[in-house]
Amino acid sequence: MKSWWMRWWDSDIGYSFRTSPTAVLAALIALLCGLSALFAPWVAPHNPFDLASLDLGSARLPPAWYPEGAWTYPLGTDDQGRDILSALIYGARISLFVGLTSVALSVLLGVTLGLVAGYLGGWVDALLMRLCDVMLSFPAILIALLIAGVGRALFPNAHETLAFGVLILSITLTGWVQYARTVRGSTLVERQKEYVQAARVIGVAPLRIMRRHVLPNVLGPVLVLATIQVATAIITEATLSFLGVGAPPTSPSLGTLIRIGNDYLFSGEWWITIFPGVMLVLIALSVNLLGDWLRDALNPRLR
Amino acid sequence: MLAFVVRRLLQAVLVMLSVAFVAFLLFQYVGDPVLQILGQDATPEQVAQVRAELGLDRPFFVQFAVFVWHALHGDFGMSIHQGVPVARLIAERFPATLELALVAAALALLVGIPMGVYAALRRGSFLAQVFMTFSLLGVSLPTFLIGILLILVFSVQLGWLPSFGRGEVVQWGWWSTGLLTAKGWRHLVLPAVTLAIFQLTLIMRLVRAEMLEVLRTDYIKFARARGLSDRAVHFGHALKNTLVPVMTITGLQLGGLIAFAIITETVFQWPGMGLLFIQAVTFADIPVMAAYLCLIALIFVVINLIVDLLYVAVDPRLRLDKGGGH
Repeated sequence: MKSWWMRWWDSDIGYSFRTSPTAVLAALIALLCGLSALFAPWVAPHNPFDLASLDLGSARLPPAWYPEGAWTYPLGTDDQGRDILSALIYGARISLFVGLTSVALSVLLGVTLGLVAGYLGGWVDALLMRLCDVMLSFPAILIALLIAGVGRALFPNAHETLAFGVLILSITLTGWVQYARTVRGSTLVERQKEYVQAARVIGVAPLRIMRRHVLPNVLGPVLVLATIQVATAIITEATLSFLGVGAPPTSPSLGTLIRIGNDYLFSGEWWITIFPGVMLVLIALSVNLLGDWLRDALNPRLR
Repeated sequence: MLAFVVRRLLQAVLVMLSVAFVAFLLFQYVGDPVLQILGQDATPEQVAQVRAELGLDRPFFVQFAVFVWHALHGDFGMSIHQGVPVARLIAERFPATLELALVAAALALLVGIPMGVYAALRRGSFLAQVFMTFSLLGVSLPTFLIGILLILVFSVQLGWLPSFGRGEVVQWGWWSTGLLTAKGWRHLVLPAVTLAIFQLTLIMRLVRAEMLEVLRTDYIKFARARGLSDRAVHFGHALKNTLVPVMTITGLQLGGLIAFAIITETVFQWPGMGLLFIQAVTFADIPVMAAYLCLIALIFVVINLIVDLLYVAVDPRLRLDKGGGH
């Protein structure tokens, strides 16, 4: 028996992956960012949240390749003497956490609603699709901001956990529409097929048909969409945090770091804001490239 | 044709009503207005009296109707944070955002269409590849990062352009414009470029794809066979047919520009509606948020309507009524 890894490597998808340099490079970058974020406490040279280790004497140091820089702080320090590289790694951890959680939640919500709308049809379908139409006619960032604003009004003195909850919720509630529409479309097609009709004839309950028979057949496009949406979610999170309604300054994500660093742009300390920006673009770009590759690899017409 | 217009109008009204309903729910149920007026230790009698004064004891749909009536007259109450009528706040900020969005849209069209045409006609040339790479960057860089990079290069390093505010504005009735002074224009450059870049890359890629598609069709081959000059074929025949989808997308994107202005205005401290909205979100200022939501929805719906009607006017195939034509 070969392991699943070897089977994957030998499959069509694995072949398409091996022969696409862009996909391999993007996967390597994404893996590197992901692993360093996951093992942040062991990878990062300093702990940016440990106030005792902060030294104001080493505040605003430029990156190490400048004459005033020091290799203890490879990418320089911010106004409180925090190591930028460590803050970056911890920030990426928070960004990735928020991005992945909200995509997972919106996949769950969107796929469920799409299945129900497509399978049941009728007024449920009409109502859900009208809602989707209205939501799609506004830019996602606007809806996310609105939800974040309502969250703030409902819980004026929210502590940190709740702030993250509102943040994840606002990204989730803007993202589910795409999945719902895709899944509804393919469910409408699958519902007419013989295996579903056969299942209905022998009296399988609708919920079970949706879960065991229709669901596995509509998940392909969702996978591609979800990959690309991870990049979108990370950028949305960064934008919200940059605008000051996202991750709190006590546990800064990449967007919060850029927001904080933006104040020091004019005094010449560009590294405080530019490095988190570079990290953000690296993550978003590599995930996007992976998503593009996956879309082509899963498309039977392009094989 | 008339039936189509009426149906579109009805749809538009329906969308506006549902957005107004969301705004009304926000207004009514998020942050209790009675508590805000009376404070925590009010007696039940006082609460009942204030509720009656505010009309909160009336039936739900009557309250909604009153809300819509007020909204139609531009009355969204007072801003909780600033204590000023919301309508006045928005009227002050609206010109700044509209000027920014219009200049950005003009920039995106005037630069994006020629770049797209060039990238399609000289496919594979060095410059065309530069354009395509640039467009990939424009799509994957978040708006606020583009703004920060532009500030870093043109304001901090080179010192050529100012990076915040509108500069000098000329008051013209209630409308304030920055387009009449040199200083106003200098302040407009960086925000407009930041806002335009995403739309520009989008328009460029769209024009390129459409042009490539149209250039392969038979009537272009026929026009060439007739011996028409390249110029006439490219611009008289091909480009003209490319512009219909471009018009649709541009129309839809203009609404997007006004929404994305939120980010650009924050980066450049541009005193427009977007900045007002962000402040409202930060301070949970519900009346301002509700009013902004309704206004943006109105702009979107009107733009969509105009685009749909223009589409019918431009594309003769859509003008034929069902059953006619043969």
